[in-house]
Amino acid sequence: MAAADYSRWDPVFGKLGWDIFPLNEPVVVATFVGVAVGGTALLAALTYFRLWGYLWKEWFTSIDHKKIGIMYMVLAIVMLVRGFADALLMRIQQAWTASGGAGYLDAHHYDQIFTAHGMIMIFFVAMPFVTGLMNFVMPLQIGARDVAFPFLNNFSFWLTTSGAVLVMISLFVGEFATTGWLAYPPLSGIEFSPSVGVDYYIWALQIAGIGTTLSGINLVVTIVKVRAPGMTYMRMPVFCWTTLCTNILIVATFPILTATLALLTLDRYAGTHFFTNDLGGSPMMYVNLIWIWGHPEVYILTLPIFGVFSEVVPTFTGKRLFGYTSMVYATAVITILSYIVWLHHFFTMGAGADVNSFFGITTMVISIPTGAKIFNWLFTLYKGRIRFEVPMMWTIGFMLTFVIGGMTGVLLAVPPADFVLHNSLFLVAHFHNVIIGGVVFGIFAAMTYWFPKAFGFRLAPFWGKVSFWCWLIGFYLAFMPLYVLGLMGVTRRLSQFEDTIYAGYFFVALIGALFIAAGIGAFLLQIFVSIRDREALKDTTGDPWNGRTLEWSTSSPPPYYNFAFTPRVHQIDAWWHMKAEGFKRPLENFEPIHMPKYTSTGVILSGILTVMGFALVWHIWWLAAVTFIITIAYSIDHTFNYDRDYYVQPDEVAEIEGNRTKLLAAEGAAQ
Amino acid sequence: MSTESALTSEDFYVRETHHDDDGEHHHETGTMLGFWIYLMSDCLIFGTLFATYAVLGRNYAAGPSPADLFELDLILISTFLLLFSSITYGFSVLRMDMGDLKGTQIWLIITGLFGAGFLYMEVLEFSHLWHLGATPMASAFLSSFYTLVGTHGLHVLSGCIWLIVLLAQLQIHGLTHENKRRVMCLSMFWHFLDLIWIGVFSFVYLAGVLV
Repeated sequence: MAAADYSRWDPVFGKLGWDIFPLNEPVVVATFVGVAVGGTALLAALTYFRLWGYLWKEWFTSIDHKKIGIMYMVLAIVMLVRGFADALLMRIQQAWTASGGAGYLDAHHYDQIFTAHGMIMIFFVAMPFVTGLMNFVMPLQIGARDVAFPFLNNFSFWLTTSGAVLVMISLFVGEFATTGWLAYPPLSGIEFSPSVGVDYYIWALQIAGIGTTLSGINLVVTIVKVRAPGMTYMRMPVFCWTTLCTNILIVATFPILTATLALLTLDRYAGTHFFTNDLGGSPMMYVNLIWIWGHPEVYILTLPIFGVFSEVVPTFTGKRLFGYTSMVYATAVITILSYIVWLHHFFTMGAGADVNSFFGITTMVISIPTGAKIFNWLFTLYKGRIRFEVPMMWTIGFMLTFVIGGMTGVLLAVPPADFVLHNSLFLVAHFHNVIIGGVVFGIFAAMTYWFPKAFGFRLAPFWGKVSFWCWLIGFYLAFMPLYVLGLMGVTRRLSQFEDTIYAGYFFVALIGALFIAAGIGAFLLQIFVSIRDREALKDTTGDPWNGRTLEWSTSSPPPYYNFAFTPRVHQIDAWWHMKAEGFKRPLENFEPIHMPKYTSTGVILSGILTVMGFALVWHIWWLAAVTFIITIAYSIDHTFNYDRDYYVQPDEVAEIEGNRTKLLAAEGAAQ
Repeated sequence: MSTESALTSEDFYVRETHHDDDGEHHHETGTMLGFWIYLMSDCLIFGTLFATYAVLGRNYAAGPSPADLFELDLILISTFLLLFSSITYGFSVLRMDMGDLKGTQIWLIITGLFGAGFLYMEVLEFSHLWHLGATPMASAFLSSFYTLVGTHGLHVLSGCIWLIVLLAQLQIHGLTHENKRRVMCLSMFWHFLDLIWIGVFSFVYLAGVLV
């Protein structure tokens, strides 16, 4: 590729110039054409069907936690397709070059792809998936009408989206980082990465990271302050517990990421010496700091998923969760331990035997509470009336796969073993094993489980099963060979191979990736088929799975105020208890409901911040200054708006609840 | 279980007869907790910067060390400016609790002036060091010094801007529920910055000169 001239600078256009578009990269150009055509078609369709007003009024400016949750999920699905496309490109390249071919990606392009793949999958797929899930489910489970700070919630979502937009722009305007997903210096410093790639990385993460921190604060306060009466901590569904611990972790770690990236930014933009090789800087300081955030991040992703399985397993076995209390304590212990294991990511730093032993042992200790959770789920299944619905299949697939990933993790926690396996494909196989086998499977279980609650109809099970089997088989085919390759000594992030003995393994891995592609395709098809057949799949009861927790007590989809009357809780599994006591919905004497107003501030502010991020990436200082000042002024202006809430009148509540009564009556008559 | 089975449908939901009072009260405590958690997250940003200073603060790269640069008497003055500003903020909150709008505003203005004085001292110090050639680009020690102290300074600056905005809002709406809550939030922010400064003063300046 004819490298663009990133040393040029112009007061008006910064580093922008005509040579920054990667026109000589056929893969990128083809993608751009595809995205341009698809995007134009989408925009045209939205305009033709006059959906812009609807989207703006009902979704973009919505401060309803359910809609924000759904928007997070949509963002995650879109970015999953992008991140997976990167994975497929790498699998093809490696299978090709390992069998003696030249491949079709040059090293520079390949480096951008693995960096983008890792960064997108963690920050813009896994994070929005779990954040969206927590947003949608948790307030319903604690009997709340919204989160503690509804506007902040909308703003957090748009900040995350803003980060995703910046990463997507980097695909076509300039280039992305070539440093790997954590951008270790000195490689990510200005000396070795003089282009704009690392800057895209930094500003996308800074903007999205602030959103994540704000969302973390929001959800912690929601759980602490907005629980329904009687919902004591030890009566909360386990998903709410894992949400609480996850968001505590978010608040306790994302500021460290923000500060660390800020220091890297200063090194790159101002010429300071935090992480440089000269004048006293220390690159290993960065590596330590980034992993003090990075390891808890692993649990930020997995804890909510443990919560999902703790909801799915009792529902589909018709039993109360085994060992509720131990599940809560295991979650809390994992939360704390996750903070004192970071050094296992770089035993090879040379901290010495004492330090390495400490971190090796703490790492192994984490497998104890995690193991306790697995046993709790197993004992819940024991003698239960198990219904093998799709969420349950994902759960079983998770339990088998995650245990394997956990065991290879314990293996890597042994420092001498890690010295051999560090940065090998064994490591790559390990973390994909826990993240796909844990987080991704859990997300699919969760989406299938809560989809009827969100949209009022189930997902068609057939395509869900196809998707599950494709993912499961695809995962094993794609990553088991990587364990072997790692043991054979293949390191990660290689685009070329001298030796053809790896060819077979890489070929199997490619087949696995194609299976996963089919799994994603089947999932998208499942959504399409389910929307088409929504009448047949309709859920009029609000409780399609015979659930146990409060979200199933309201209609599907829930009214925007969630509950006409705030529930009062007496036991764990509150809705199960209500059903057992023959609960009848109140049908009259509704009261006004206090609700927040929708606002466009979040989406507009994030839009301005996206422009500011772009300006900072390209060193367009005047634009960065202008957008920064507008951001501050607009935020201050927002604080002068004191009129942010209103009361839903009882007539309106009565009408909505009356419609549901008719639906339920029709359902009852039909049976 | 005997009491449990005596539950009727009415026991499973809440009739909010006093929704107005409850709603207001509810929201306010949530905001205070949320703001407090935000402060703790901010504290971690400072924690990261302190840790960085602890690790890199002795890497002078053949350049100046703290003993060569810091003038403790001037730092003492800025420290007292900030400490006094916390006291005057406290007076403002006392006035607010008495329902005295004018008093609240006057003490807030005095607080803001102390804050501005502190910032002026910091700008003086930084420009003095800069002229000596002790720039953030000179060594890892100076990089981490400027970043830690400068981040605190930026926070004080934000606090001053917020204070001006709050004065305007007090002028427009008076001592309403929302405004009282905002005064309390800024109060937490202001005292928090004071606390951070105590850390900076002892850990960076005092310990630096001792070495």
